[in-house]
Amino acid sequence: MAVDADGAITAAPGSASLDGQAGSRVDTVQLLTPEGERLEHPDYPLELSADEVKGLYRDLVLVRRIDTEAIALQRQGELGIWASLLGQEAAQVGSGRALGPRDMAFPTYREHGVAWCRGVDPIKLLELYRGVSHGGWDPAEHNFHLYTIVIGAQTLHATGYAMGIQRDGLVGEDGEAAIVYFGDGATSQGDVNEAFIWASVFNAPVVFFCQNNQWAISEPLERQSRIPLYQRASGFGFPGVRVDGNDVFACLAVTRKAMQAAREGQGPTLIEAFTYRMGAHTTTDDPTRYRLAAELEAWKLKDPVERVKAYLVRTGAADQAFFEAIDAEAADVGRGVRQGCLAMPDPDPMAIFENVYSEPNALLAAEREQFAAYLDSFEPEEAR
Amino acid sequence: MTTLTLSKALNEGLRKSLEADPKVLIMGEDVGKLGGVFRVTDGLQKDFGESRVVDTPLAESGIVGTAIGLALRGYRPVCEIQFDGFVFPAFDQIVSQLAKHRLRSLGRVSMPVVIRIPCGGGIGAVEHHSESPEAYFVHTAGLRVVACSGPADAYTMIQQSIACDDPVIFFEPKRRYWDKADVDTTASLDSALPLNSARIVTEGSDATVIAYGPMLRTCVETAVAAGEDGRALEVIDLRSLSPLDMGTVTASVRKTGRCIVVHEAPVTAGLGAEIAARVTQECFYHLEAPVLRVGGFSTPYPPSRLEEHFLPDLDRVLDAVDRAFAF
Repeated sequence: MAVDADGAITAAPGSASLDGQAGSRVDTVQLLTPEGERLEHPDYPLELSADEVKGLYRDLVLVRRIDTEAIALQRQGELGIWASLLGQEAAQVGSGRALGPRDMAFPTYREHGVAWCRGVDPIKLLELYRGVSHGGWDPAEHNFHLYTIVIGAQTLHATGYAMGIQRDGLVGEDGEAAIVYFGDGATSQGDVNEAFIWASVFNAPVVFFCQNNQWAISEPLERQSRIPLYQRASGFGFPGVRVDGNDVFACLAVTRKAMQAAREGQGPTLIEAFTYRMGAHTTTDDPTRYRLAAELEAWKLKDPVERVKAYLVRTGAADQAFFEAIDAEAADVGRGVRQGCLAMPDPDPMAIFENVYSEPNALLAAEREQFAAYLDSFEPEEAR
Repeated sequence: MTTLTLSKALNEGLRKSLEADPKVLIMGEDVGKLGGVFRVTDGLQKDFGESRVVDTPLAESGIVGTAIGLALRGYRPVCEIQFDGFVFPAFDQIVSQLAKHRLRSLGRVSMPVVIRIPCGGGIGAVEHHSESPEAYFVHTAGLRVVACSGPADAYTMIQQSIACDDPVIFFEPKRRYWDKADVDTTASLDSALPLNSARIVTEGSDATVIAYGPMLRTCVETAVAAGEDGRALEVIDLRSLSPLDMGTVTASVRKTGRCIVVHEAPVTAGLGAEIAARVTQECFYHLEAPVLRVGGFSTPYPPSRLEEHFLPDLDRVLDAVDRAFAF
């Protein structure tokens, strides 16, 4: 037994703990301790080859590198804002790698790690934060929906999409499912609760993946809930499970099982990935105003990347050359993100008028024409 | 030709769309077994099944939000919001999500979602059951907004809206649900007036009266009364509130020199204000009088015992016509 940073008492394996908030018993699925020790859980068996573990480690390192580069780009004025995923890499990579190619993921604006798993070019994510577009990738190409910024709105989209899967007759053997990401703050939104109800009564093939990173900007979890979030699921009539969100193995195993259940027609699951937002809410935020440095230090000891590295070292599955190669690749990815960002052109001013309607709109066309004439009225060197 | 009520014409139009395209779905509160509180979806669940005519949980944001998800999966949902005043819980999903998906996706994702809203007053209802919220949606780029005024248009416009690749907010004048008219259910949609076109319902040369939805009948009756006084009013049924068919409007005003816009919604920042501004700009030298507006007062909708004073009627429209001529 040990006392966690959040005051919870944890025990291994498959760690059970007492939750400080309600005094109820809280079970957290954990398959890899912060020290890199492998645990077994009776409900979540997981077989991973050494190469698969190395692959997960590579994902974790690279998405962290993308994130770090994006923060630097924002600090240098190249991005308007950035929402860092620091600390949440395991929750995102573990769940992202649990998806099949035909599953559909609905992200918030922080799911850069899931985007990576779905093959979205990081430059496309930067488009949004640089202000070049509201989302540059093709959702159908990656089965990764566009980022949604209004908190919780996408939970209903995912649920409706899952109802579409049902109507397509693609629940069952060889079925498909949707997964939707949201945070602890979002669980207070009406839309999220409505999505729970819809998914439940229609038994929709959707997995609700809540990354409880403990903070909704400055508001702690206590301001959103008196009970552990995963326990809310029981009130809606479907299973809820808490997983160590800094444990990529556990996130992978738990999400795999929930997605398979959804695909087979067993309906929704709520997964609460218990993690921590190591950085600021976004680059405009200053977390020193509302939380203590000691809390951050405690969570650093549970780092999602370091524990996989410790496991690889402990088991002898990877040598120094492997880690150096990954670091070199990360440096390349970081350079690529930087170059891609700097090379990104501003959109043409006339793009404002595009993609508003599916067919020509006379009033919009008139505004467009007037604005074009206005721009043309300037001498070329004045125009931009 | 068949004589149908507006409610039944919508029902027939929905049936046609359900038959024509297996991706068309109907979803809302009480739309299944009950057939909707106004019976617009009567019998459709029985004929098309619970998977295509869906009784949803009682939450409007959920209805629109899941419709968006279904559209992302290739479906064409038709949502029913039970009453005008209940659309507001879905406002974010309509304004921030539904309206913006095409732009957000750089044109890759279409949102063929129709949101049917029974609107307006005149039925003696309690609060929140008599609103005219069209201006909120007209103000939102990315949405198409239409209002039917009678059975024949109701029948074609609902089908055109369902076939449209943009989200359409479809207003139904609830106090006219029982109005009857001939509807040609055999005519092809191709020969119908395009969805974004206004229609001149009564021709006239002395003043243009612009209305839509429940006020159309009021204005046609006003034109008859004005005709007895020797004034020939031209009545335009706007039909499409976004985009506005300004070509039809300005051609008429250039001919008549007077323009009166009539709607149930409060006049402040209402659709009449937009039309007045555009008509003034485009017909300035043709106008004999300022563009006048007849609408609800800039107050919350009153208790129903007072609604006859709040709602424009024949006399208030005639009064505005008099003022336009007296200017």
